[in-house]
Amino acid sequence: MHKLFIRSFVSSLVFLFTLTVAAVAKDVKAAFVYIGPTGDHGWTYQHDVGRKAVEAAGFKTTYVEGVPESADAERVLRQLANSGHDVIFTTSFGYMNPTNKVAKEFPNVKFEHATGYKREHPNVATYAARFYEGRAILGTIAGSMTKSNVIGYVASFPIPEVIRGINSFTLAAQKVNPNIKTKIVWAFTWYDPGKEAEAAKALIDQGADIIAQHTDSTAIVQIAEKAGVYAFGQASDMDKFAPKAVLTSVENNWGPYYVERVKAVANGTWNQKDTWHGIGDGMVVISDLDPSIPSNVRSKVKKLQADLASGKVHAFTGPIYDQKGNLMVAEGKTADDGMLAGMMTYVKGVEGDIPK
Amino acid sequence: MIKIVKRDEPSRAIFFLTPVLAIFLTLVAGGLIFYILGFKPFEALKFFFIVPIADKYGFSELLLKATPLCLIAIGLSFCFKSNNWNIGAEGQLTFGAIVSGGVALLFYEQEGFYILPIVILAGAIGGMLYASIPAILKTYFNTNEILVSLMLVYVSKLILDYLVVGPWSNPEGFNFPETRQFSDSARLPLLFEGLRIHGGIFLALAAVVMSWFIFYKTYLGFQMKVSGFSLKTAKYAGYKGKKMIILVFLISGACAGLAGVGEITGPIGQLHREVSPDYGFTAIIVAFLGRLHPVGIIFASLVVAITYLGAETAQIFMQIPKYTGQVFQGMILFFLLASDYLLFFKFKFIGSKNDY
Repeated sequence: MHKLFIRSFVSSLVFLFTLTVAAVAKDVKAAFVYIGPTGDHGWTYQHDVGRKAVEAAGFKTTYVEGVPESADAERVLRQLANSGHDVIFTTSFGYMNPTNKVAKEFPNVKFEHATGYKREHPNVATYAARFYEGRAILGTIAGSMTKSNVIGYVASFPIPEVIRGINSFTLAAQKVNPNIKTKIVWAFTWYDPGKEAEAAKALIDQGADIIAQHTDSTAIVQIAEKAGVYAFGQASDMDKFAPKAVLTSVENNWGPYYVERVKAVANGTWNQKDTWHGIGDGMVVISDLDPSIPSNVRSKVKKLQADLASGKVHAFTGPIYDQKGNLMVAEGKTADDGMLAGMMTYVKGVEGDIPK
Repeated sequence: MIKIVKRDEPSRAIFFLTPVLAIFLTLVAGGLIFYILGFKPFEALKFFFIVPIADKYGFSELLLKATPLCLIAIGLSFCFKSNNWNIGAEGQLTFGAIVSGGVALLFYEQEGFYILPIVILAGAIGGMLYASIPAILKTYFNTNEILVSLMLVYVSKLILDYLVVGPWSNPEGFNFPETRQFSDSARLPLLFEGLRIHGGIFLALAAVVMSWFIFYKTYLGFQMKVSGFSLKTAKYAGYKGKKMIILVFLISGACAGLAGVGEITGPIGQLHREVSPDYGFTAIIVAFLGRLHPVGIIFASLVVAITYLGAETAQIFMQIPKYTGQVFQGMILFFLLASDYLLFFKFKFIGSKNDY
């Protein structure tokens, strides 16, 4: 009798505790600041999918779309911090300085800045995804499927994030096909369907039979569909925009991280940190493979995916040489995060120069 | 029957009343759009036009936003009054920001009272240089200034991209596309603690006074007016047209350049890719809404500035898509142009067919 009493007492305590936590959790409000429209089917769209996951977890959310990285960002952030939001996700690099500035004024509000490196105050955390792991998968597919041995790559801006992607892609493609060349066209935009389409056409004219992209619109996969060449989707699963051309997509999956961090705010366990998650943590997701990919390539892809996830394989494993033949990473070594974060040289096999 | 009759001469009262009418019609149409979208129209309009400026901070943000619009529109009024269609103020702003930003970077980590005036002057000169290109091409090679000035906008943005990605990027910034932060001596002083409104507002006010003086008290202003009404008359009167064209472009460029200085040395504090959210284009609406009159432009810049702030507030508090702000700007211009019909025509009520 006595034991039973204690047991029921404890369990009711646990029940009460969960109730309280749940009640507290409901009160936390999260805000998201987007660079583009939520309907871009790329970068912003995927962040908004993540926001909806936070809503589904029972939290209230607010978002502001199309916030320019000009002086306006600071005002939007201050207004969100002032209107009862407990955690604010700023989802573009250009919000870095405004985020840190406003964070100083609102020490009780948590700020999460995507793709930046400044954490000047204890209430600022940063996060990013190891998209280069996804690009290693794309490179493996591209190297196996190309017939012309010329792979086109539409790049946005010459910053480490993009260079890293080009390198990871090229290295993986070379592993399965040493003869491939990666041709780059710089579009100098993250989102401009017109410019991206022009870039894709130029690459197809130069003999590329597979087009990869590091820009956000669906224009490139649609051009590839028309021209009868292959392409890869960016940020979201773009298969429905070009069912024949798209071999697979690298999806940005922010939802789990967002839910985890908002819950941490609710529980009072939020802490400042720098998160860089990849395939293993599910922040980078590979969409379903197109039926046109042969089974031997499929099994290669599945194995690489599993090895990248477990950490058995690193996308930047030596020996890696730059375009001039200088050793970048020695045999048996892997590139450390510091090197990856500042990567501004092409590896061997990439054509052309980085615009300077 | 209602008959539409041409006025003997444009009505002066209606000339200044139509902007007010345009704003009123915009509010009505805006409310209707909100209603159709399923929002309460009055509440939406309240969040759009009243809530953003209901406190001291909001009001200072309004002035901050209106300052570059007012400055550029004043400059543009010189061009537009004299029949010179400078559409490239955005480019002149960007180039002014580039030149003054370059000078500010030269004084990195230096202090001194002389730095800010040099930085400001550099911005004005940069804007003037950039505006002189369409002016000189127009006067000596008879090119179309609309096309030349517009195309140069894109050129200026590419130059800025090149500089912040390459030679001017922050050496400690992991190759991200931004420069170092300017030293305090290169920043425009804040007018109040905790508010972002800065010394740039005095530049705008000085431009307003100067333009009023030139328009209404000088021979140059008279020449501009005559050229605006009829280029042939101006030629018969023996005005030196070329000199005037170059002069109005230089004034316009200087004002746009100063607006660029205000952004980078005011709230932003560095150069990066997005110095202006298209102030140079929005200022065209401001100039026309203000009837190219210095005082009108002050009011017009405040009205247009609030559409930016209101769009943010409406999205945060009512989840109205932020792009409705641009819809409002478009509607204001549309209704203004439409109601200009009343300037030249009037409605006459007539009783019978015989009046024809």
